[in-house]
Amino acid sequence: MGKTTALHDVHVESGARMVDFGGWDMPVHYGSQIEEHHAVRSDAGMFDVSHMTVVDVRGSRARDFLQRLLANDVGKLLSPGKALYGCMLNEDGGIIDDLITYFLGDGDYRMVVNAATRDKDLAWLKDRSAAFDVEIRERPDLSMIAVQGPNAREKASACLPEAQRETALSLQPFFAVRLGDLFVARTGYTGEDGWEIIVPSDGAAELWRALDSAGVRPCGLGARDTLRLEAGMNLYGSDMDETTTPLESGLGWTVAWDPTDRDFIGRRALEAQRAEGVPRKFVGLLLEDRGVLRAHQRVITEDHGDGEVTSGTFSPTLNRSIGLARVPAGAGSTVEVEIRGKRLTARVVRPPFVRHGKARV
Amino acid sequence: MSDVPGDLKYTKSHEWVREEEDGSVLVGITDHAQSALGDLVFVEPPEEGSEVAAGDACAVVESVKAASDVYSPVTGEVTEANDALSDSPELVNQDPYGDGWIMRIQLSNPSELDELLDAASYEATLED
Repeated sequence: MGKTTALHDVHVESGARMVDFGGWDMPVHYGSQIEEHHAVRSDAGMFDVSHMTVVDVRGSRARDFLQRLLANDVGKLLSPGKALYGCMLNEDGGIIDDLITYFLGDGDYRMVVNAATRDKDLAWLKDRSAAFDVEIRERPDLSMIAVQGPNAREKASACLPEAQRETALSLQPFFAVRLGDLFVARTGYTGEDGWEIIVPSDGAAELWRALDSAGVRPCGLGARDTLRLEAGMNLYGSDMDETTTPLESGLGWTVAWDPTDRDFIGRRALEAQRAEGVPRKFVGLLLEDRGVLRAHQRVITEDHGDGEVTSGTFSPTLNRSIGLARVPAGAGSTVEVEIRGKRLTARVVRPPFVRHGKARV
Repeated sequence: MSDVPGDLKYTKSHEWVREEEDGSVLVGITDHAQSALGDLVFVEPPEEGSEVAAGDACAVVESVKAASDVYSPVTGEVTEANDALSDSPELVNQDPYGDGWIMRIQLSNPSELDELLDAASYEATLED
């Protein structure tokens, strides 16, 4: 058995099918992945994402450190609580991880990084922070529950202490706030409104049960994957890794080029790639024929060579298969994908496929 | 516990076989298999008229998470594929031993049926 979250016993009691998820024993679904997916698009669902790594970065030079560390610029974070999505790069511009950084106050930041990259991320952070006066503190004492869906905030607010409901409900998108022991962020990975709630692990089961009673449906990481794919959100390790840059991963928007004198790690490599022309682009695919796109299938373009599907699935909202792919920059509006020896037609689209319950392609 | 009807034959790879009066067999995947796969979203049936040998991967069932092969339990000719699955793959989840059947095979060697598992033997494999 792998590592377990504070909610493990609750999942097993609820009849979850548990699978290995990067060394963690996590629920993939509680009966029907598709019904869980629809619950998030139309109502409210919740996910145990406690396997993700919470890291607090504090110190008088925390901002300088993060401006060096991240390709996006925490200097944009002026209001306390504001969140920023972006990448941590190596010197070659390859993506070490993608993460959210919350600005909580001067010299006070919280980062949430991926589970599978935990060890290398922490090693990188500690190594790079040596020149700055900052404390890097992992928070294994915390759990995280994402509540997502058009009714998620309203339903979840009933589970918060009464005095804090109004503050939580008044949070703007991409802002977070500390509420007593809780940390509530209006962020997510589904393309729906909602919160990610960080809670001390000894109170996680109680919160989960309260949310369940309030009509927030437990959802497994299976639905989380189909939801994020519909929302056109990348998955680290599938859609990008240390061999790909943000510019060829659909994440150019997360690279802050200005101010031009901000020397973030990987900047020189990205500037060189931008100057030479990025050879590959990151696109969405809509399969026109019957079948299911899956990671690593070959994408065949007319006259420009091959690409590869990086994530693929069946979209429960669109009722057809969708995928993300890295293809030669010159690829046109239609490609072929090789699935079990057959070439099927796919349309090249710009993600997201679905946002706020509605088809966008 | 998953459902294992007593009147069918089974393979270790979780296919079931129903003997029909005309000497053909219907083949599908077991309740245990559909439950393990989760919601099915696509079934690629074998081509009608194709010859299959026992143990051949001849159809594919895809759930939201992954594609899995379906192996022919017997040798023979595929005389029919369940067309209803192209629009409603979820029939395999809802009724694995009924409307969720996958293909009909005309046996070329009926004695192969004796090599398949009976319900009790198949159930025993699930407990391992």
